[in-house]
Amino acid sequence: MPEETQIDAGSILTKINDYTWDIPQDYKPGMRVPGRIFVSRALLSSLEKETIEQTANVATLPGIQKYAMAMPDAHTGYGFPIGGVAAFDRENGIISPGGVGYDINCGVRIIKTNLTVDEVRPRMKDLIEKLFNEIPSGVGSKSKIRASDRELTDAFLHGAKWAVESGYGTEDDIRHCEENGYMDAADPSKVSEKARKRGKPQFGTLGSGNHFLEVQYVDEVYDDKVAEVFGLTKGQVTIMVHCGSRGAGHQICTDHLGILEKATRKYGIVLPDRQLACAPAESPEGQAYFGAMASAANYAWANRQVITHWVRETFTNFFGRDMDDLGMELVYDVAHNVAKLEEHTINGKKKMLYVHRKGATRAFPPGHHDVPDTYRKVGQPVLIPGSMGTPSFVLHGTQEAMELTFGSACHGAGRVASRAAAKREFRGEDIQKELAAAGISVRATHPSVIAEEAPAVYKVSGDVVDVVHNLGIARKVVRVMPLGVAKG
Amino acid sequence: MSLEPGAGRKTKYEYLYHIADAKFRAYGCTLEEVFGNAALAMFNVMTDTTNLKHEIMQQVDLTSHDIETLLVDWLSELLYLFEVEGIIFSKFEVGSIKHTGDGFSLSAKAMGENIDLSKHSFDTQVKAVTFHELKVRKDDGFCVQVVLDT
Repeated sequence: MPEETQIDAGSILTKINDYTWDIPQDYKPGMRVPGRIFVSRALLSSLEKETIEQTANVATLPGIQKYAMAMPDAHTGYGFPIGGVAAFDRENGIISPGGVGYDINCGVRIIKTNLTVDEVRPRMKDLIEKLFNEIPSGVGSKSKIRASDRELTDAFLHGAKWAVESGYGTEDDIRHCEENGYMDAADPSKVSEKARKRGKPQFGTLGSGNHFLEVQYVDEVYDDKVAEVFGLTKGQVTIMVHCGSRGAGHQICTDHLGILEKATRKYGIVLPDRQLACAPAESPEGQAYFGAMASAANYAWANRQVITHWVRETFTNFFGRDMDDLGMELVYDVAHNVAKLEEHTINGKKKMLYVHRKGATRAFPPGHHDVPDTYRKVGQPVLIPGSMGTPSFVLHGTQEAMELTFGSACHGAGRVASRAAAKREFRGEDIQKELAAAGISVRATHPSVIAEEAPAVYKVSGDVVDVVHNLGIARKVVRVMPLGVAKG
Repeated sequence: MSLEPGAGRKTKYEYLYHIADAKFRAYGCTLEEVFGNAALAMFNVMTDTTNLKHEIMQQVDLTSHDIETLLVDWLSELLYLFEVEGIIFSKFEVGSIKHTGDGFSLSAKAMGENIDLSKHSFDTQVKAVTFHELKVRKDDGFCVQVVLDT
């Protein structure tokens, strides 16, 4: 149900193949490379003009490589579109908070269990109530942890590793996180006192909006061999956690946007949108942002790790079985709002690039040294959450992604209608009843939170994932269906 | 961007279409009034502020290099106080916005009540104030446009 901004995207874009559409380099003055949008013709019909503009704006930034890209779930954001991917040369490129967003390292993890859908479904309503009560969510919710200044600094430095060393999880958890749960570029001295004050009381909180904790089950296996490597089988219950760096990340982005606005002028960079404020990647301002951003990313990994610990405790108490008996191992954890320094091959030459993924998931291939040993033969798990009440997907990374998208895939379904429109159109209570009739228990702080995230305001997650799969930038492994959802 | 027909002086703010985030325009006869109305619009994205008390006051003093940045800084400061001090603000007295040597300064009082989760219900949280499509215009009166990340 796109509103006023719908356009005939086909009249602007040049078709390259069934899933690849280019924005010509002469579309907008100052574009240094063309734009490239990965969508099917069907998804093209819900593409907003503003998404094309924002992708073209990214193409004007110094040092951009190959294309300014948008994934199949792309929609209008601020600065970069949501679903935007762009890589900038380390030597003469830029780094920009507009390419990461405010919710730094918003991400997803999936935890497996030995439980089956038949064991869990009859008790789902009680289980989701327990999870909702044990894991703080929603505006104004506070953590059960009273972190000290020292602990906060350690979390900024060491992310999930800090959490595990503090008793929230296992060594295996760290190995099954992107970056092993922390970026060593973190520099907490670049994090403001304000960001610290916001972050301190929020460890282990979900937040609100589209963030959620979901109990699910594997309902379809597309690739038996890879599913076995990931430890996933049909009928198995899994848990998905979707959240980010909370107030700490929001404040870090706000603070550094201000600093980088000044840097933009200082370095004489001309921008089509103030939200794209940036600095040369290796400049003091650029590196200050990168150090602070990595601190927020680490905070987010610590946050999801602490939540995982409480999920395990809740399951252990609820089912009266211990964690090992329940087989509650972390399958993987991915970041989908982040900038990373990565090596990629451009025209046959290896180069270090700052890859910005704003609403996009890393999708590294088999054999890549950043993929954990356990998965190295098949590529990293790529986790694509559906919207509330709709299926999520686990895919695996591919070599095609390295060639086409700097090792990236989509991050979700992508909105097609605004929150305001959703609230006009739906009542949270009705959506809750409809989902209950479909066997999905939803527990939220307020019905309006459910209305804002109604399944119909998102693209069909399967359509988006099919484009990714058919394009080959990640391949489908399993589909998971929701059983119960807890939201802020 | 001008004051739209019917928007008039009686409308303090209105919400505009944005697919994922919250976008609004706020109006006022003076810059001070429009900054106050913008803050009201932002808090009403999260909760209905109509019947809230004005029992707690926070003083906000800011200087920014241009008027648009001052607006972002003002709203960001209120979001920070909302989260850290736990206050929902519903009344704003923006004393004076002055053109200083190298930018603009603001001195304001924000009033509201403490968050009480047993009493207040929230829709989605405003994460941050963006620079995207940010506008401050003087026309018949003043009008600002803001996109909030939600």
